[in-house]
Amino acid sequence: MSRATEFLLRRRGGERWHWTDVFTWFWLAGGLVLMFGPALWLVNSSFKTPAALAEFPPTILPYVTAQATVEGYDRPLPLYEVAGEDGRPRVLAEVRRIGIVAQMVDPQEPGETIRVNIRDRTPKRSVSFATDNYVEPFVAFDFLLYLRNSVFVTVMATLITLITNSMAAFALSKYNFTGRSAVMLLIIATLMVPLSVILVPLYSVISAMGLFNSLWGVILPTVATPTGVFLLRQYMLTIPDELIDAARMDKASEWQIYWRIILPLTAPALAVLAIFSVVWRWNDFLWPLIVLSRKEVYTLQVGLNTYAGELNVQWHFILAMTVVTMIPVVLVFIFLQRFITTGIAGTGLK
Amino acid sequence: MSAITLTDVSRSFGQIRVLQDIDLDIRDGELIVFVGPSGCGKSTLLRLIAGLDRPTSGSIAIDGRDVTKVAAADRGLAMVFQSYALYPHMSVRQNLAFGLENARMPRAEIDARIAEAARMLEIAPYLERRPGQLSGGQRQRVAIGRAIVRNPTAFLLDEPLSNLDAELRISTRAELAALHERLAATMIYVTHDQIEAMTLADRIVVLRAGRIEQVGTPLELYNRPANLFVAGFIGAPRMNFLPGRIAGSADGRSTVELGGAGTMLVEKVEAAAGDHVTLGVRPHHLRLLPAGGGVAAEVTLVEALGSETILHARTPDRQSLLAVLAGQQEVAAGETIHLEFDPGTLHLFDSSGLRLQPLQRDSGAR
Repeated sequence: MSRATEFLLRRRGGERWHWTDVFTWFWLAGGLVLMFGPALWLVNSSFKTPAALAEFPPTILPYVTAQATVEGYDRPLPLYEVAGEDGRPRVLAEVRRIGIVAQMVDPQEPGETIRVNIRDRTPKRSVSFATDNYVEPFVAFDFLLYLRNSVFVTVMATLITLITNSMAAFALSKYNFTGRSAVMLLIIATLMVPLSVILVPLYSVISAMGLFNSLWGVILPTVATPTGVFLLRQYMLTIPDELIDAARMDKASEWQIYWRIILPLTAPALAVLAIFSVVWRWNDFLWPLIVLSRKEVYTLQVGLNTYAGELNVQWHFILAMTVVTMIPVVLVFIFLQRFITTGIAGTGLK
Repeated sequence: MSAITLTDVSRSFGQIRVLQDIDLDIRDGELIVFVGPSGCGKSTLLRLIAGLDRPTSGSIAIDGRDVTKVAAADRGLAMVFQSYALYPHMSVRQNLAFGLENARMPRAEIDARIAEAARMLEIAPYLERRPGQLSGGQRQRVAIGRAIVRNPTAFLLDEPLSNLDAELRISTRAELAALHERLAATMIYVTHDQIEAMTLADRIVVLRAGRIEQVGTPLELYNRPANLFVAGFIGAPRMNFLPGRIAGSADGRSTVELGGAGTMLVEKVEAAAGDHVTLGVRPHHLRLLPAGGGVAAEVTLVEALGSETILHARTPDRQSLLAVLAGQQEVAAGETIHLEFDPGTLHLFDSSGLRLQPLQRDSGAR
């Protein structure tokens, strides 16, 4: 603990706090709140009941109002603490509220109704996690089906992305042909075309190919990424040509050069692209929403959308399932961040 | 068996002509060295022979078979690269096996060949290591091993020693010479280091700016350089050059005027009186004259190495001279010395830089 404090309060050197120490501290603390605040808010809120979500002012932790079943009343009644006439606090159940007066009963003596000014009562609340938010979608909705679809799309799209992009990058980095730079420029230029511009023609193509409502219709348009080609090509440029010459002398075919020499040596860049691809495909929403219209082929992100109805948004489910869908991405980042930093540094993107 | 014949080989990259009209016969079992300053096209020539690059014109034949359009893999040659080009993600064993596997050789045969090469090059202890875990010298051996296991008709070596430190370079050079002896295979060796060329070669090819300047045994090149470039390139320290003029010829001798440094009598050469010539003399062939005469020069720097003394000097017309004298000499900077040399050790070049042959007898026979 003392070492942690020492670390947190570390200064530039010297005895006193320099203004840059203070500035740095606030800058980093602010950054921490800015980065992790929303994520923490999401996770906390995902454990709230719909009532707690609608509450104003909102609370950080999920609170629930205690309830009690009182004889003579069908529904459970919320419990409040009320200061009694003798000064001792009493726990009463609220039957109904009229204006600023609440009608309450003592759960022990349900016969007598007590009128209490609403300012004199405080809800009896405790921290409680509404785990039903998580359990119910698994049981009542097709969460597992959506998960399977999402995993299929992510894995297949990533594999195809890695293979096709690395092939393109290999050709563009290791073969000299007229128009090589032009092709590369063309590929990079497509980065400037946003999805919304090509949405309609892309839809026509997919529809004409009969891939509408099929997971392949989600996968195929996304696999050729200019970012991926660029990233891999820049990395492959750093692989010495002498290695390829050596492989040629060793009777290796062009495919073997690609598969057995270039691909293994591009592993760090491939790891980076794999991470990117997993995150992109996992989080894809707009394109799957357009291609997939049958529930059986929904991916997670599209499936989540079904909780947001026209009249009623089931925030508690959306929040809980958002947390679940975040888990794979977070895991990928935690375990592969080493590759991201070393790989990006190595690809020259910095 | 592998004699390699190059006929009229040229290679251009766009407008730049890297190699021009190369004609060369490489005999079977010969160790031939391509030497020249950087950018002279020697590596390009090696790549053309290897098949990694195609000549713009001309043809290449191995044992009489035209291989100009044959792919690198099918020429039966093996190459050792300057950077060694070992596959970093494979163990030494996999590096050696890669080429053999691609040739679909049976596993047992591959293992036998690797074992044999590992024994010969003493790399057996590192067979399971990756190239990154080896020292420079060990990597170099693996690179040679990768060539040996292929059992090639000829070895192509592209500056194989340039990445080694000075000490290792000398021992590896000797090992390469021994290896050539043992394998009796044709080897083509590219280097920019003339000492490597002199020590290893059966014959040396001196290249400059894409052209062959001279082909010959190391001593031929040393004793009878065909032109100024070869004369300056072969031999260390560099040959001294002094500008001169033929004053006249008589009795089978020509008189050469050396600016302000005096005149010399040399064996008669095919040059008219008044022709400008360049006189070349190796630093080792200069001797100190106790009294006057010979070439006068002012000493600018004395490097006493104990076993020999290197004098940097300047002639009256500001030509620099280098003299390597045996033993220890009592000379100080600023003194004027007189240097002489045996006319038989002289090289004369005409104004276009070509060697002037003595008319009567062969002055190269020393």
